[in-house]
Amino acid sequence: MVTRTSVLVVVGRVFVRAFLLALAVVVIYPLLWMLLNGVKSNAELFANPFAFPVAWRWENYATAWNRGVGDYLTTSVLVTVTSTVATVFISAWAAYGLTKVNIPFSRTVLILILGGLMLAPTVALIPLVKMFQTMGLYNSFWALLILYTAFRVPFTTFLIRAYMMDLPAEVDEAAAVDGASKSRAFWQIILPMCRPIIVSTVLLNILFTWNEYLFAMIFTSGGALQTLPVGLTNLMSKHGTDYPVVFAGMAIAALPVIVIFFAGQRYFIRGLADGVGK
Amino acid sequence: MTISNTARRPAVPHSVPKSAGRPAQEPTKKASSRRWRNLVWVLPAASLLCIFAYLPLMQNLGFSMLKWDIYSGRQTFVGADNYIKMFNDPIFWRSLLNNTLYAGISIVFQVFGALILAAMVEGLRSERWRGILRAIYFVPSAISLTVAGLLFYFIYEPRMGILNAALEFVGLGNITQAWLGQENTAIFGIVAMSQWQGFGYCTLLFAVALQRIPSELYEAASIDGVGPFRRFFSISLPLVREMSSLMMIVTVSGAFQVFNEVMVMTTGGPNNSSQVLGTWLYRSGFVRNDFGYAAAIATAVFIITLVLAVLQLRLSKHRRVQW
Repeated sequence: MVTRTSVLVVVGRVFVRAFLLALAVVVIYPLLWMLLNGVKSNAELFANPFAFPVAWRWENYATAWNRGVGDYLTTSVLVTVTSTVATVFISAWAAYGLTKVNIPFSRTVLILILGGLMLAPTVALIPLVKMFQTMGLYNSFWALLILYTAFRVPFTTFLIRAYMMDLPAEVDEAAAVDGASKSRAFWQIILPMCRPIIVSTVLLNILFTWNEYLFAMIFTSGGALQTLPVGLTNLMSKHGTDYPVVFAGMAIAALPVIVIFFAGQRYFIRGLADGVGK
Repeated sequence: MTISNTARRPAVPHSVPKSAGRPAQEPTKKASSRRWRNLVWVLPAASLLCIFAYLPLMQNLGFSMLKWDIYSGRQTFVGADNYIKMFNDPIFWRSLLNNTLYAGISIVFQVFGALILAAMVEGLRSERWRGILRAIYFVPSAISLTVAGLLFYFIYEPRMGILNAALEFVGLGNITQAWLGQENTAIFGIVAMSQWQGFGYCTLLFAVALQRIPSELYEAASIDGVGPFRRFFSISLPLVREMSSLMMIVTVSGAFQVFNEVMVMTTGGPNNSSQVLGTWLYRSGFVRNDFGYAAAIATAVFIITLVLAVLQLRLSKHRRVQW
């Protein structure tokens, strides 16, 4: 029997599906347009924005690479790897100290570290510039490494701590009975058990550092020191008329994180979900 | 962000080996010095935060009361002058208005829109398609705001951009314009880009929250003949309410910290019409060379984000829904 309600439900379902697909196109098309523009010539770009490239000029990517994108990429990789490693270790230690070790003033320390979650980087910006100038670290790799680590530790500690709190208490007791020192228990028992959340935090920190702009822009000014987000704006202002090369640079900057996201999607989602409210 | 959990935990038991055979309530001198040595675990994190987050935060308050030329290094104490100047600065108010606009539009699309979208996606029968759509929608959030900003700069560009071309194609040629080049459209162009970039992130989080609702609730409702709309309003919506409140605060807090996309797309122009607090702070400090005034704007941002953070903390305390 075809009732009025069942017709409505079917129409509704078709409508929902069409909408979801249309939205997917709205998301993907601009990204595809970016990739295609990266292999066009300047003339083609202005002739018809929707047209496919006539000849695929992959050399645009090489040009972008040689005009600085290669250097920016190297800096980005270096800053991302070092600050991610530093952030995750420092946070894991702190999380361990806050959950499994008996420390004095533990509540004060907890509030001190997690309180950092509330601080917007812009608020500390002006004094930080002054501070790094005084220390002679302004416009250096160290400035970015230190700042990214300091501002990511609260969130990373928050995630790892929540995970450690849920580990069964028997684990600690077993370690204590074995007479394992706190540091052996951390490296050999607790840290390996936290692997899933460690992977999540590594991925989230890669995503953050790779894309960060405010600190990167203000604390570095020399070409070789700049990360991709800042470098791209340079590429734009220096060679602004050669648009396909700019598009190629944008694609080079975007692809690594998109690949990492698809490879570690499960861990990403876990980290993001736990981060907002478990 | 429940901070209170550990505080209520008994402080001693698990750190004292049970076999030691001494009462845990009377720690010996050795045990208490070991307890102090344990601080080494939290020392790196705590000192990083003290030096590079809390100290500059304090200094900022001091700086905001100075007239300070960064290049000559001359500093004079001017009391509340910078704040008075701020309250009389039309561009400060314009920036605050733009941030508020940003927050309002983002709540509509990235909280309510994303919630409805997540319900639509999770309502699909095919698990595979649910995964594919969630992933596709998230991709813009994985790329940087710089890339997304530049991309939309080109999309809005009058000669090569696809927006005007698409509008002409569907017969709306009369509304084509230089979207980022005009005072009344620039900020909306930026906000629109930001919705494109961020909605997938929120959709993903709502999808996770919806998945945590036991499916028996929906099944029972279906058997009772409850339609999809009522299922959404009577089951999904109340049970993800706390997630929605949290997302709202995170979104609003983010909207008051906007910097990257405005910098890349318009640098606050034309004629300061798309200026936000972050870019006005930057411009005041680093372009107009007025560090004291920039510090005063930073204090304003601090107060706004602090209020939002306290709200978020209070919400997360009674967050758990029982079902």
